[in-house]
Amino acid sequence: MSSENLIEINDLNFSYSTRAILKGIHMTMPRGKVISIMGGSGSGKTTLLRLISGEIRPSAGYVKFSGDVVHELSRDKLFKLRRKMGMLFQFGALFTDLSVFDNVAFQMREHTDLPESMIRDLVLMKLDAVGLRGAHHLMPNELSGGMARRVALARSIALDPSLIMYDEPFTGLDPISLSVIGNLIRRLTDTLGMTSIVVTHDVQKSLKIVDYVYFIADGVIAAEGTPKEVMESTAPFVHQFIHGEEDGPVPFHYSGQSYRQDLDLGDARV
Amino acid sequence: MHVSKHIVSVIQNIGHRVIESVWRLGVGSRFFLLVLLKSGTSLRRFNLVIRELYFTGVLSLIIIVVSGLFVGMVLGLQGYETLQKYGSESAVGTLVALSLVRELGPVVAALLFASRAGSAITAEIGLMKATEQLAAMGLMAVDPVARVVAPRFWAGVISMPLLAAIFSVMGVLGGYLVTVVFIGVDQGTYWSQMQSAVDFRFDILNGFIKSCFFGVAIAAIAVFEGYDAPPTAEGVSGATTRTVVTSSLAILGLDFILTAFMFRGVS
Repeated sequence: MSSENLIEINDLNFSYSTRAILKGIHMTMPRGKVISIMGGSGSGKTTLLRLISGEIRPSAGYVKFSGDVVHELSRDKLFKLRRKMGMLFQFGALFTDLSVFDNVAFQMREHTDLPESMIRDLVLMKLDAVGLRGAHHLMPNELSGGMARRVALARSIALDPSLIMYDEPFTGLDPISLSVIGNLIRRLTDTLGMTSIVVTHDVQKSLKIVDYVYFIADGVIAAEGTPKEVMESTAPFVHQFIHGEEDGPVPFHYSGQSYRQDLDLGDARV
Repeated sequence: MHVSKHIVSVIQNIGHRVIESVWRLGVGSRFFLLVLLKSGTSLRRFNLVIRELYFTGVLSLIIIVVSGLFVGMVLGLQGYETLQKYGSESAVGTLVALSLVRELGPVVAALLFASRAGSAITAEIGLMKATEQLAAMGLMAVDPVARVVAPRFWAGVISMPLLAAIFSVMGVLGGYLVTVVFIGVDQGTYWSQMQSAVDFRFDILNGFIKSCFFGVAIAAIAVFEGYDAPPTAEGVSGATTRTVVTSSLAILGLDFILTAFMFRGVS
């Protein structure tokens, strides 16, 4: 495995009972890059994140993180590995019973023996990086959606992970918060030397900040490339997705029996 | 033909429900063992349990104190009315105290505790699950069973006997208030009859043991229902309801079994 790549995914398959979600995915994610995974709702993007973090096991293939095959690790080793990963959930998933400060301090208190004075400094530094040092005393229910996500971002970089996974980080944000989060993802990746995986369907915002894009459709990689390459792509799926066209390779109508049969029209004209 | 099909489907339904209940009982028991196994963190970092003791125990105090007082007052009133017909109103202290420490204290306090604190524990854990807080914790390499579930379980187990004891004490005071202060039963009789009739081992200790069993049952049901709740609004509300219903039935069932063991043959 190349030391350039933090994550290598090889022939990854996953199915829920008999329904195949991912079918033979190959990906490489170099260190220090922002990688975007795009695809329609239900295309298996979040499942892929859960496979990388070892929450679920693949039915075939593997995910390698820094040379370790994730699903072969023992529980203890997996938990150790997860300390190198941060995850930003769609709506932040802040601990509602803890203040902003305690949310960011959570992992430091759980996993390190740092004295409280040092934890305080570190937490304020992390909050400063997302522009919310002044909000450290607030409770999560006092934050707006965009602020909550920035706090969650500060929390996910608490232990300086080598990887951060963002699950739909732009959903439901106003344009200002959206820009703030987008720029933070880029800036934190560059300054902290992490690798970022951004799962999203916000094409316009993400193409501005990412280094490489994978499109997933029907459980396979439908297209991949740099933002410039995908913008210029003529592949029907990529074109439909980027331009938000209603009909195309992803049909408008959910498959079913014909309209004529559903309306019981027999041979009559519709 | 149609009738037999109907009967078959009814039997299938019953079978399905029985299997599902047994299966759920098994999953619940496994979860209970898992919580016990992962209680090390709660015991090492006892401040986590103390924090939950405040929410489950201290915040339940008001309902326990007020209910205990009123139950004792009603017992005193009813007991006095009945006993005076036979000229034994001096035994009213005994009646109040024995009813409370043997039965009403543990049982009523447990029913109130299940509704007040059990439902809150279920709703909190269920909502933490629905808002992905438990998943987030798992991804931060912190086990949610050890960090979230076990402290709440132990807080429930510790609070319950203390609340039952407070309930009984308030009941005895309520009885005193009505019979001695308002009705005028002799104060010395009230206390001395009680003192001679209530046995520490048979009555108080057995009542305490009952409340410990109830505490384990309520806390185990509450954390399991919360952790197992489907992560939706209906899921959490259904789980909260199930906590109250299942705990209440478990309390009454356990009370019968424990009473049969403890007090059978004791005059």
